[in-house]
Amino acid sequence: MSFWKRFSTNRGAVFGLILLFLVIAIALLAPFMFPRGPWAMVQRPFLAPFDAAGLYLGTDTLGRDVLSGLVYGARVSLLVGLISTVMALCIGVPLGALAGFYGGWVDECAMRFTEFFQTIPNFALAIVLVAILEPSLGSITLSIAIVSWPPVARLVRAEVMSVTKREYIDAARLAGLSNMKILIGQVLPNTVSPIIVMASLMVATAILLESSLSFLGLGDPNIMSWGYQVGAARTVIRTAWWLSFFPGLAIILTVLALNLIGEGLNDALNPHLSRKGRA
Amino acid sequence: MAILGPILGRLLKAAITLLAIAILNFFLIHAAPGDPAAVIAGEAGAADEQMIADLRAQFGLDQPFYVQLARYVGNVVTLDLGYSFRQGAPVLDLILDRLPATLLLTLTAFGISLVGGIAMGVAASARVGKIGDSLLTGFALLFYATPLYWAALMAVLVFSVNLGWLPGFGYETVGANYTGLTRMWDILSHLVLPASTLGLFFMAVYMRMTRASMLEVGQQDFVKTARAKGLADPIIRRRHILRNALLPVVTLAGLQAGQLVGGAVLTETVFAWPGIGRLMFESLAARDYNTILGVFLVSAAMVIVFNIITDIVYRLIDPRIGHKA
Amino acid sequence: MTSPTLSIERLTIDLPAGADRQFAVHKCSYQILKGEILCVVGESGSGKSMTANALMGLLPSGVKVGAGRAMFGGKDILRLSEGDQRAMRGDRVAMIFQEPMTALNPLMRIGDQIAEVFAAHKRHSPAQRRARALELITEVGLPDPAKIIRAYPFQLSGGQRQRAMIAMALALEPELLIADEPTTALDVTTQAQILKLILDLRDRRGMAVMFITHDFGVVEEIADRVIVMRHGQIVEAGTAADVLQDPQHDYTKALLNAIPSGHVPQSAPVTNAPALQIKSLNKVYRTGGGFMKPPREVRAIDDISLTIAKGEVLGLVGESGSGKSTLGRAVVRLVTPDSGQILVGGTDMAALNDADLRAARHKVQMVFQDPYASLNPRHKIMRALTDGPIAKGVSKADAQARARELMEIVGLGAEAVDRFPHEFSGGQRQRIGIARALAMDPELIIADEAVSALDVSIQAQVLNLLRDLRARMNLSILFITHDLRVAAQLCDRIAVMQKGKLVEIGQTSEVFLRPQHGYTQKLLAAVPGGDWGKTG
Repeated sequence: MSFWKRFSTNRGAVFGLILLFLVIAIALLAPFMFPRGPWAMVQRPFLAPFDAAGLYLGTDTLGRDVLSGLVYGARVSLLVGLISTVMALCIGVPLGALAGFYGGWVDECAMRFTEFFQTIPNFALAIVLVAILEPSLGSITLSIAIVSWPPVARLVRAEVMSVTKREYIDAARLAGLSNMKILIGQVLPNTVSPIIVMASLMVATAILLESSLSFLGLGDPNIMSWGYQVGAARTVIRTAWWLSFFPGLAIILTVLALNLIGEGLNDALNPHLSRKGRA
Repeated sequence: MAILGPILGRLLKAAITLLAIAILNFFLIHAAPGDPAAVIAGEAGAADEQMIADLRAQFGLDQPFYVQLARYVGNVVTLDLGYSFRQGAPVLDLILDRLPATLLLTLTAFGISLVGGIAMGVAASARVGKIGDSLLTGFALLFYATPLYWAALMAVLVFSVNLGWLPGFGYETVGANYTGLTRMWDILSHLVLPASTLGLFFMAVYMRMTRASMLEVGQQDFVKTARAKGLADPIIRRRHILRNALLPVVTLAGLQAGQLVGGAVLTETVFAWPGIGRLMFESLAARDYNTILGVFLVSAAMVIVFNIITDIVYRLIDPRIGHKA
Repeated sequence: MTSPTLSIERLTIDLPAGADRQFAVHKCSYQILKGEILCVVGESGSGKSMTANALMGLLPSGVKVGAGRAMFGGKDILRLSEGDQRAMRGDRVAMIFQEPMTALNPLMRIGDQIAEVFAAHKRHSPAQRRARALELITEVGLPDPAKIIRAYPFQLSGGQRQRAMIAMALALEPELLIADEPTTALDVTTQAQILKLILDLRDRRGMAVMFITHDFGVVEEIADRVIVMRHGQIVEAGTAADVLQDPQHDYTKALLNAIPSGHVPQSAPVTNAPALQIKSLNKVYRTGGGFMKPPREVRAIDDISLTIAKGEVLGLVGESGSGKSTLGRAVVRLVTPDSGQILVGGTDMAALNDADLRAARHKVQMVFQDPYASLNPRHKIMRALTDGPIAKGVSKADAQARARELMEIVGLGAEAVDRFPHEFSGGQRQRIGIARALAMDPELIIADEAVSALDVSIQAQVLNLLRDLRARMNLSILFITHDLRVAAQLCDRIAVMQKGKLVEIGQTSEVFLRPQHGYTQKLLAAVPGGDWGKTG
């Protein structure tokens, strides 16, 4: 398949994919690696990495295994990133598609609405939403989705508008197809590639957002996450650097992996679309 | 004059947007679980029965919904953002007290990221495919993936704790009572780390955009025309490519302003920078919703100001806007 | 005997590995004399522009000069250092391009862009540069030079921009001007003016001109000598008169045959019942407007009435912006007219509501302009040909059988239905577009610039197919084109549109030989190589 060929010529993208699979595997295997869970106190606090046997990354302020927290933290990062992205797509794609396809006042209203949400500083809105809805996995995911959909709507609108201007859409109209059939059957499939690329980058952004919320203490209190680990260690940065260093590194690697994959997808999917047709 | 009309339009739009955010705020208060009055007072026990009763009367919670809404929006319009029972002061005073620090931080970060990002983007595009380009692109990719707060913590660790070059805490040296130039210098040294760590992420964003835009504009016909005239490459890059390539970067910078202002919450938290972001963080722990929502409204207003600035810049660069074709 | 300004000797330009052929240009030799206009003719991909780019040192990355020399002013300009090459560009050799809309920097004033040429070659003081720019703007015939010098490109029309480009190219009085399809993107009347300007300037300044074109009409108008290129090689060279009147190579003959000559076919009068009746149709576009601004109105269709008989081909000609495409799109109801009737087989298409319109869509079908945008890249040809009939109520099996049959008819073979659009060339895609229109058994076909995007030889094949189908199937066609020569080849009657109005309609021979309206006369006179209407 030529898509894989093109994707695999991008070394960064392949590296990102391997890295992501690694993170996914760790997240899935967490209960087998650390059956006691991330909250168990295993040793005295503030043990530096490799100070005690089996505690490769040391212990935190309460004597919990940092590595165990990291491994469990992967689960919440990936979960929130994925689900909030799907939710954001569910808002942004239909809104952008209708705006771009119908134009006129539909477009006007949809875009004013989108613009409004884009003007609001999105991290501040996420903070307010989570604070008011009480921190939980659900409220965090929802808040991230609510602040992430506007770029999707704009992208889909622009793509739909450009595809709708193509002559094959005129041809579909002349074939007597209904608007919905044209939009779903002819227009949207031709906008999928840029949406996929954007979605992969959105998962990355969502992971960053989630970690930032947790850092501020707005994480789900029952779930160990990378942002929480850094946030809890913030005040002891002078004495125990490793407590904030390793979770941050985990975030960077995961986000980097997703960004690299996004770039690879972009190279593999988009430039050829106009001439080659199928991706 | 060509610029005034659209700016008036922008201001009108800005006012409408702020009004809409005020309305959103109102709904958010009502969306919170429990009694809105208790929410406003801070439900963690700050409020006694009497205070909640007063609040109920003040907010007219027995009134019909739309009356409550009108009253709330009316308060916001008259710059009454409510009272912080936690801090014992009107929210507006709290915010105005902290706003200068945040403006200094965000504007500096915005400037650093824009200038640095564009410079690096131009440099990378001029060396496309060579080692310099790979290094700059790699740098951007890395900072694009780095959480703001983590970069800030690491900066404190390296430059403040280990090297001791720069202060990693606060707005100025407490108790030093510097004045004049010495004070400015003191504030500046405190500003370096927060502003550059806040700017890094956005620098990466603008660098990527500038590079892509320079490469794309470099393919356009008028660049070939410029070559055919016999112009030297540096002149072509500066006079023909760069100006055209800046347009999408400026647009993006306007769109990113919101993220910059939001990011300030994290940076201010790490550096104990006494701005509205730090105020928001403190209010989160105290569940001081009046203050949280006030900060939210003011930061949205800041974003609108950023947007108007980028709008003006765009008009200055692009003659096609404002002229009648 | 004048000495050659430029002498190209056995020039070979290599394409990068993996291209569809090894050389862009292979062992080409020719000369351009002082004060001579040499036309380099060929279809897209013939390598004609590559030579020009090589001379300017502007070859795209990956493409390199392989062998040969280009002697200019006693030096081989292909092997100059980068600095010497830059000093030569814009000074002794200048170039103008195809797309005036994109060839100027949109953010820089015209005057500054011209003055920049002097600055690049360190001539004159800033004040003198400005004065020279003003002179040049005047010389190329731009109106109101004092205003143009301060204008931005977006404030100029396409023709004006091309004049500004020419002014820039002439700034340092080059010995050689390279013009790469400079009139292709322009309207016929503008094209005629630019060609005349280039001829005048050549006469006045005595510079050599290398004029690259795909259009023999232009060649006839402007060339002293011609070389014809194909697949990177010269297949024919000679004086313009010789090549045009007595072409030797088969390829040249094919190209020349593909161009309709001044011969106008005599068409039989059409008396059948109407396939289409348009009655007082109107469409106004309002743009801009809004907050404190009055909207701008454009009357795209201004009270138009016309009739197309069954089995008739009506040509609708006009320049871009004349409203001809809007009229075509109104007939298929892709545009909803403001008022008036569009009667197709007794149904008023203009009056239908959405549901009834969908049911009546099959009556009128369209063949589109852009072969690369008119087929959904994700759907196989079968789906493109059967979507419509199935929506109309034909059974899937019947629709598929008919699709195969139609692909045979348009000459692509029944198996082709299982392939994707990207597997076909531009000309083949236009055939598929025709098959798609026919699949609906329409009462009327609108062909909107259906051959305009194709090379002339391919254009001729598609026109032949249309002519053939029309005879076999008794098709009624509204054939929209900006190209009068194409219209003359196919149409029974011609309708001429200008600024939304129908200014003239009549038998093709009548309109071409005895045009009544001033605008028609102007259009005909402007057609390069055409001699209709001039005596009439």
